[in-house]
Amino acid sequence: MSTHSSTVHNSLGEQIYQSTGQSVACCYQCGKCSAGCPLASETDYPPNQILRLLQFGDSTLDEKALRSLTIWQCLTCQTCSARCPQEVDLPKIMDFLRQESWRQGRAHPKARNIIAFHRSFLGSIRMTGRMFELGMIMDYKRRSLNFLQDLLLAPKLLFRGKLHFLPHRIDGAKQVRRLFDATARKRGRTE
Amino acid sequence: MSRIGVFVCHCGENIGATVDCAQVAQMSSSIPGVVHSVDYKYMCSDPGQTLIKEAVKEKKLTGVVVAACSPRMHEPTFRRACAEAGLNSFLCEMANIREHCSWVHEKGDQTTQKAADLVRVLVEKVKRNRPLRPIQVPVTKTALVLGGGIAGIQASLDIANAGQKVILVEKDPSIGGHMAQLSETFPTLDCSQCILTPRMVEVAQHPNITLLSYSELESLDGFIGNFKARIRKKARKVDEKLCTGCAVCTQKCPQKKIPSKFNAGLGMRTAIFVPFPQAVPNKPVIDIENCRYFKTGKCAVCQKLCPAKAVRFEQEDEILEIDVGAVVCATGFDVVNTDFFPEYGYGKYPDVINGLQYERLASASGPTLGEIRRPSDGKIPETVVFLACAGSRDRAKGIDYCSKICCMYTAKHAMLYRHKVHSGKAYVFYMDIRAGGKMYDEFVRRAIEEDGAIYVRGRVSRIYERDGKLIVKGADTLLGGEPIEIKADMVVLATAAVASPAAEELAQKLHISYDSYKFFSEAHPKLRPVETNTAGIFLAGACQAPKDIPESVAQASGAASKVCGLFSQDQLSREPLIAAVNRTAPPQYSSCTGCFLCESVCPYRAIERETITTRGGKPIRTIARVNPGLCQGCGTCVAVCRVKAIDLDGFSNSQLYAEVRALA
Amino acid sequence: MKVGYFPGCSLVGSAREFNESLQAVSRLIKLDLVEIPDWNCCGASSGHAADHLLSLALPARILALAEKTGLRDLLVPCSACYNRLITTVYELQANPRLKSEVRELIELDLKLDVRVRNVLEVLKEAMEADGSSRIAKPFAHRVACYYGCLLVRPPKVVQFDRPEDPTSMDELMQAIGAEPLDWAFKVECCGAGMTLARTELVAKLCARILDDAVARGAETLITACPMCHANLDMRRGDIEKAAGRTFTIPVMYVTQAIGLALGLGPKELGLHRHMVDCGPLLAAATQSSTVNLQS
Repeated sequence: MSTHSSTVHNSLGEQIYQSTGQSVACCYQCGKCSAGCPLASETDYPPNQILRLLQFGDSTLDEKALRSLTIWQCLTCQTCSARCPQEVDLPKIMDFLRQESWRQGRAHPKARNIIAFHRSFLGSIRMTGRMFELGMIMDYKRRSLNFLQDLLLAPKLLFRGKLHFLPHRIDGAKQVRRLFDATARKRGRTE
Repeated sequence: MSRIGVFVCHCGENIGATVDCAQVAQMSSSIPGVVHSVDYKYMCSDPGQTLIKEAVKEKKLTGVVVAACSPRMHEPTFRRACAEAGLNSFLCEMANIREHCSWVHEKGDQTTQKAADLVRVLVEKVKRNRPLRPIQVPVTKTALVLGGGIAGIQASLDIANAGQKVILVEKDPSIGGHMAQLSETFPTLDCSQCILTPRMVEVAQHPNITLLSYSELESLDGFIGNFKARIRKKARKVDEKLCTGCAVCTQKCPQKKIPSKFNAGLGMRTAIFVPFPQAVPNKPVIDIENCRYFKTGKCAVCQKLCPAKAVRFEQEDEILEIDVGAVVCATGFDVVNTDFFPEYGYGKYPDVINGLQYERLASASGPTLGEIRRPSDGKIPETVVFLACAGSRDRAKGIDYCSKICCMYTAKHAMLYRHKVHSGKAYVFYMDIRAGGKMYDEFVRRAIEEDGAIYVRGRVSRIYERDGKLIVKGADTLLGGEPIEIKADMVVLATAAVASPAAEELAQKLHISYDSYKFFSEAHPKLRPVETNTAGIFLAGACQAPKDIPESVAQASGAASKVCGLFSQDQLSREPLIAAVNRTAPPQYSSCTGCFLCESVCPYRAIERETITTRGGKPIRTIARVNPGLCQGCGTCVAVCRVKAIDLDGFSNSQLYAEVRALA
Repeated sequence: MKVGYFPGCSLVGSAREFNESLQAVSRLIKLDLVEIPDWNCCGASSGHAADHLLSLALPARILALAEKTGLRDLLVPCSACYNRLITTVYELQANPRLKSEVRELIELDLKLDVRVRNVLEVLKEAMEADGSSRIAKPFAHRVACYYGCLLVRPPKVVQFDRPEDPTSMDELMQAIGAEPLDWAFKVECCGAGMTLARTELVAKLCARILDDAVARGAETLITACPMCHANLDMRRGDIEKAAGRTFTIPVMYVTQAIGLALGLGPKELGLHRHMVDCGPLLAAATQSSTVNLQS
């Protein structure tokens, strides 16, 4: 894909442009994304500042974006992109940053639980083709060492028939696993 | 034998950086008939023109091709240079190697080759050019001004004061435009009505101005100096000559709950109405959509009570045909509609208003008599939030541009609010403050430093209503994007200025070009800012782009001076690039068969029927004839003529075929 | 009306009452649901956090299987799945190179010619075609329709309703005799997939949503998203802790409210599976309909 003259050569912004088509230069820092972000006050960098970090094309600042907690806390609710006057698809950029941060092992320490959740979630699908809630939760607890969480909730859910004990393995499970492994190879990341 | 000169211009880097101009000149020198071929950095400059003039004389050139920019830009320049050197100006042609080549291609051999091809094409054409003489036409010294806002008023007064006749057409019942709606004006805070209404009166009383209010342009035909305008004078249903403006009708009309356009929907008016008390002309109009008489056939209160017996229910629209020599288009702007801001609840919450509505609230003649009271319950708001850039600079909403006036009027709004409600809090959300202009930045600083407006740099994401308050969710980007939530009583959106809804249709009637936002295009963004690409039609005010009052007035005066310049001549020269029906020797007289297909397709009604008679006056046959005064040289008749009896000077069939063949 | 049906993992697990009520209602309004055979998980929010290609390939496999059924419409009741599937169609249609890459990964033919549809639009169509005349027991309650993020955003991709102020669920509620309220959190985010990893954040967001609904006099929230439901219902304890107050307002699936209006019983609709009891609301309904009869 062609490079974009508005992004600095070899910067994270350029990689973002190449892989998502989004130019960080389009952001004029109006802050409408941060104004509407449900989690702006909980993050280390509100969304507009993540873009600001990327606009310099400076490796130190790029690293700050990759190591930020924001990218992990982003809920992908898409409020920012739906209202952005410059049509910047910020959730797409967040996805890219998460993927890179994870791949490069630069995720924020506080993102541990979130990554653990994603691992458990995807692991469950990779095993059976579908997400098995109970198994996923158990696996998450193992990964996050959060054994006490929701201890009181689980029996209530079981009582209401909301948790199944056994996973459902689909016929195409092997196909799904091949798909997982192929995409992982393509990204140079192993599960 | 042709002796053609080719002059290749670099246009600085515009062409030179992409096209190898020396190479183009070199390649052109081998075209048969070319006796001289050079390149130069700026061909339009004095030394450049001298190059052409000297070559014309020394090399005894019979034709000139200048390979440079668009002929729209510099054809007159180079033709004048040729004429000064003694060459008929119509023997000079331009090859457009800038817009058609260097600007649209990357640097490379192919680009240079294309430039050379364009030159070759024009060389073949110019070999077949013949000397032509400009056509002289008379000038009708009456100007048509469209739009009676401040720009139209200024243009009319300037032209009229220079001794020329003006016909001012306004679509609304009164002149005054948006300026009449404004409260006070930046940066001096003088009252808009106080400076505008005297001018409105002057227009009405000026002996050189004919005011056609409540009228619209139907069509415009003709050309510079000789336009024919058809104007629809909409039926007021009131005899303007008899009406004394006593206002009995407007007081007694039983239909009182019609939202007033003048008050931006915040006040009500009657079905027979004068838009505002200071209206010019101060004569009412019946709004037949809402009039009880027109809806039910009963009522007629106004007619019964009118002491002057001026109400005329039977009155019909009238079409006036007027000859004018020039047109000033001053049709103004509009603000975006309510469904534009779903995230701000505009149109849903009555206390989210636009800037124009706020002007009416702040105006002494407005629905609240100048007190800032919010529309929902009439309470004086304790906290008001002003949002700049509401819709402007918003690619997602289709408006990329800056509306230019909002930063200033928002500062003024905050200031007026603080002047009127001392205990009130005024917040302004902004992205950048654009206050370029005499005393403008000082004015904004005054709003902040002296009048205590709190400026927050950030755009608001959402507004919703909760417990009678408007919750404004913004962020302060100077605090690193920190969320800011304000509980406001009223929110004022500095909504984007957009082209008026009728702009596109009007532009098509006038045959003038407009941009993607439907603003009318000036002939050149820097050097011809008040002219359009159609000769004789000029622009003034916000129909060209968003503008404030001083700029609109300045442009209006500029347009007026252009009109006066045009009217200073009794005769105008026109390009002789017109069609003609061939004539041959008897007994044929012409290859025209008299089918008159040309007559049916000519958009300018320039085809006439000519009967050829014997010496004794006995008719032989009827053929077509082109009226040279009306023909615009569009060539449509040439294209439809089955027997090729019509040809177009300057673009003859032989010239065009030669051009195409040169590419083969 | 016959449509392809992709329930998704939640609807066969913790959101089984959404599935149950949807099936029950569908039978009544002659909406024929043909479940896609051997469907897999769409990857939900974890897929696109981890890998862009994976996040497209998982939904693409479902789409490919749906195409095999030959049905033009694919009903995706879970709004997270709906969003992933419709985004996949959008992205792959715009990028043929990516499309062929994905086709290789899923080892299936992919034409992208099914229409991914959410539960609101399908219900509306099916009811208009058939059922609204059969309202046995008007759902006479003041309801706050909660759409969440994924049904309406990104507007360019989903092209559904009015993104800032949607009305399709409100119209459905009106049709069954409910009074939908104008409230401010229709499309605000509940915290979605962060329910396990960042429970405290989810609780905070949900508290704001419940607070606004209650303040405007809503008797129940209506939702069409299993994640929204899980967060607002299952997480009620965490929400109350975050808000420092109690909320008794129940949260119902749009299909449950419609089912009640069509005369189905609470048990058939899975109302007993909720953490927040719907009993008081239903009792109130009996009362109010008595009042209506008297007046």
